[in-house]
Formats: sequence, C-alpha cells, structure tokens
Amino acid sequence: MKRILAATGTEFRIALRNRWVAICVAMMAVFSIVLSAMGSAPTGELGADRLSVTVASLTSLAVYLVPLIALLMSFDAVAGEVERGTLSLVLTYPVSRFELLMGKFLAHLAILALAVAVGYALAAGAAWWGDARAGRGLVALMRLFWTSLVLGAAFLAIGYALSALARRPGAAAGLAIGLWLVMIVLYDLGLLAAIVADGGGVFTTDVFPWLLIANPADAFRLYNLAASEATAAAAGLGGAASTIDPRHALASILLWPLAGLGLATLAFRRVTP
Amino acid sequence: MTTLTLSHLTKHFDGARALDDVSFTVAAGERVALLGHNGAGKSTLMKIVLGLIPATAGHVEVCGAAPGSAEARRQVAYLPENVAFHPALTGLEMIRFYLRLRGESPKPAMGLLERVGLAQAATRRIGTYSKGMRQRVGLAQALIGKPRLMVLDEPTSGLDPVSRREFYAMLDQLAAEGAAILLSSHALTEVEARTDRIVILSKGQLRANDTLANLRRAAALPIRLQVTARPGAADRVAAELAAGRRNGVLVDLTCAHDDKLARLGQIAGLGALVEDVEVIPPSLEDLYSHFSSQTNAEAQS
Repeated sequence: MKRILAATGTEFRIALRNRWVAICVAMMAVFSIVLSAMGSAPTGELGADRLSVTVASLTSLAVYLVPLIALLMSFDAVAGEVERGTLSLVLTYPVSRFELLMGKFLAHLAILALAVAVGYALAAGAAWWGDARAGRGLVALMRLFWTSLVLGAAFLAIGYALSALARRPGAAAGLAIGLWLVMIVLYDLGLLAAIVADGGGVFTTDVFPWLLIANPADAFRLYNLAASEATAAAAGLGGAASTIDPRHALASILLWPLAGLGLATLAFRRVTP
Repeated sequence: MTTLTLSHLTKHFDGARALDDVSFTVAAGERVALLGHNGAGKSTLMKIVLGLIPATAGHVEVCGAAPGSAEARRQVAYLPENVAFHPALTGLEMIRFYLRLRGESPKPAMGLLERVGLAQAATRRIGTYSKGMRQRVGLAQALIGKPRLMVLDEPTSGLDPVSRREFYAMLDQLAAEGAAILLSSHALTEVEARTDRIVILSKGQLRANDTLANLRRAAALPIRLQVTARPGAADRVAAELAAGRRNGVLVDLTCAHDDKLARLGQIAGLGALVEDVEVIPPSLEDLYSHFSSQTNAEAQS
C-alpha cells in the first residue's frame, strides 16, 4: 500500500505541474455553470425542485464530460512512460505492475473527484439560491456524484488498457478519442437505428435493454434518472427507463471499473520496456 | 560467494540471436566490465538479469533468486543507458519517490543527491537538467539501500572526467562493502584501471572473460618498448637493436611477451647510449579488437 501511495503522490504532483488538475476542474466548473444558467427556466410546472432539475441536466453533462476527462488523463499512463523511457527503471524496483497502475488510478480518480465536486457544487449552489425546496434533490445529487466517480473509474481503467495496448502516446490518444466517440455518441445512435429498423420486435423488447446497460455510460444515465422520481420527471424520462431494473444498471456501472482494471493489468503485463 | 550466475544464456529476437550460450558469474565485491560493440548484446543481457525481458534458454540466478522476482528486485539496483525521468518533477521529488518504492523513508533523498554532487539543483525540475545531471540522478537512485548487485549500463556517459573519477571511487566503496558490480562501457581506458575482470561480448557470444593481465597473456599481443637514446645516439641504438627510429632520440621496437626480458637485456647492454626505456603493454583497445574480431571457430577452440 505504501508503494501504491508513493506512485499516487508522484502522479498527482505531475498532474498538478502539467496543469491537468486545473484543466479538469475548470472544464467541469465552466460546463456546470453554463448548464445551470441555461436550465434555470423550466421549473415549478413539472413538480420538481430546481436541484432535481439541475441533477437531471448534470447527468446528461456527466455522460459526455466525465468519460472524456478520464480518457484524457489515462491514455498517457503506460504509453507515455514507454516513450519517455522511464518505465524500464521503475519496473526494476520491488513494485508490481498492478501496484503502479493502482497508484496512477488513485491519483487520477482524486483529480476527477475534485473536478466533479467543484462542478456539481457550483451547479447545486446556483439551484439552491433560486429555490428553497432544493433540499429534496440532495440525495439525487450525492448519487450523481459517486456514480460519476464510478463512471470515471471505468473509463480511467479502459484508458490504461488502451495505453498499454497502443504503447505509443499518439496511438493511445487516437484510440481513446475513438473509443469515446463510439461508446458515448455512436453506440446510442446505433441502438436507435436498430430499434427503428426492428419496429417493436424481439430486439426492442429483449435485446435492447441489455445492450443499453452493457454500456457504462448508458447504465450511468439510466441509474441516475430512474433512481429518483423527481429527476426522472425533470428529465421527462418515461418508458425506456422504466422497463429496466435500476439494479441491473447499477451492477453494470460497478462491474466496469473492475473489468477495466483487470484488462489494463493484463495488457500492462505484456508491455516489455 | 556468487551474486550473479549466468549459465548458457540464450536470447532470440524474431529469429535473430541476440545472445548465444553466454555463461559467467559475478561474485560479491567484484567489479566486472562488460565490453562490446553496439548491438553486441550488452543491454539485452542486462535486461534479462533484471527480469525485464525473458531469456529464450539458459539459466540466470540473481542473489539466489530468479531474475525479476520480488526477492531479486529488492537486492538489485539498475542504471539504464540514457536514463530518463519525468521532466515535471524535481530531482529531490524523484529520489524521494524511488526511496518510497523501495519501502524506505524519503528522508535520505537529499543526502543521496549530495553524494552525487546535485544538492544545488535538487529542487529544480529535471526538465531543466543537462544530460550529465540526469545521469547523476540515475546514480543517486542506484545508491538507494544497500544493493547486493548493481547493474550499470554505460554509467559514465555524459559525465565529465572529474565526475567519472568520483563515480568510480563510489563504486570502489560499494564493492568494498560487498556489492557485486556489472557495468558496461565504451570508454575502455577508464574500465582498465577500475574493474577486476573483463567480459567481452561480440555478436551475442562471449569472447573473453578474465582479468586484464590474463587477457593480455592469452592474446599474446606484441609489447612495445620505447627506448630513449642519448642525444645523437639514436641512429646507433636503432642499428644495434634492429629497430625503427621515430625521431631524434626515440627508438621504437615491438616484441612478443616471451621475448620481453631478452630484449630488455639487450637494451641494458647498450649501457650509456640509452637514457631510458618504457615498456608499453597492449592497451585494452588492442585486446578488445583482438578478442571481438575472433571468429567463432577460434573462440571455441
């Protein structure tokens, strides 16, 4: 554990020097403020308090931004060390590859937590300021916070796996952006197209829900919107979410970081410095 | 006591032989220089000893354990060729990190940097360091703990002559404390005086493994005798010794190892004609090119 924390401390310091901490926090803060400013109009009539509305908007924001930040931080983790030539020395130390990976993971997760906390706090503060009933949305906000971290953890781990597989930072960056595009944007479009083509058949009723929760980003969105009635109402989420058990979605977002870290460790073991 | 044992070590890379049946040992307190051209297999051999890459065949034992095992890694220090560090960190932060990775307190970091003469720049980012300064950070991390085996890949590259001398003095001290040292170098003249044994690799094969004196004897390369004649007597001295004259006073001759004493007697016999005589044994460069150019058949016979 001491060795993991040593790696965490060093990684955090590097991120601080490279302005990654500042960039992540600023990115989350700016988007959260913009979102809460735009989302301040439709309240009251839906029966939802303003914080619940904010949480619904933040959920949509997090689906895009959290995986992006996680992949941007993680793609360099292994490939960058290989390129700089720093990996061979550190691997002769009495520390396992898994421990090194965990060290980086904890540092990056801490940065992500900081960025998400600042962003959500700003948005929540704005909601609170305009609506006294906002306290009702607090549980949903906390749920959004920790699930955002789990979502980030999943994409950090996937990013490490890509980094170890690519072995060059340029290739790893390309893979990371490609993966983000596929999993966050194209995946949903593909499912939508399949449903339209299927026309309410077996795919729509039996296959589609499982494909939806198989993607950590979709599972994250589903869980957050379905777990709170007020949020679901605010998001105007009807049928799609109600057919899927939120527990399945939760299991999906919890399993992804573990699977990702397992994959990353396996890929990292195959890297020869 | 043997700290490092290599027996019949072989490594293939995509069909090419990087190392071919290499066997030698390094004992505790022994300083062994690994010499070879670029691509001779020095770095590959070191990486196998460190457990960074697996061997194709053969056996390696490091401090009684398998290379790369936790047990071995605890006792081995490594200085890679062209050592690199993250440019955003300072030298002090880097050494503190390496101390922690060895499970030690980060406190001695400054002391280690002082030992390699880097205390002044300890809190500057490594990105601003010169190559020689990065090499010193590399040395400082290799000094952490009490390594039983030090694997140093071209440790003095980028160091100025004074730093080199300091570095070898440090190695002498570590060897005296019982560390086994395996180092590779291109600077043959500096390993000449500073190592106990020399291993020559060529195209992945072991060509020589002995002390410098024994290698000289085995190679039987001619010895140079440089005779300084009295002013004006150079021509006569050259004629008497049947040798070539180099300039006004110097007479050069070469002889086989076994003829050396006879030749010296001859020179002494010239009495007052000779002012001085210098015996110049074959240099390490000569030995090195002698052994590394041997054909396989010669090496095996």
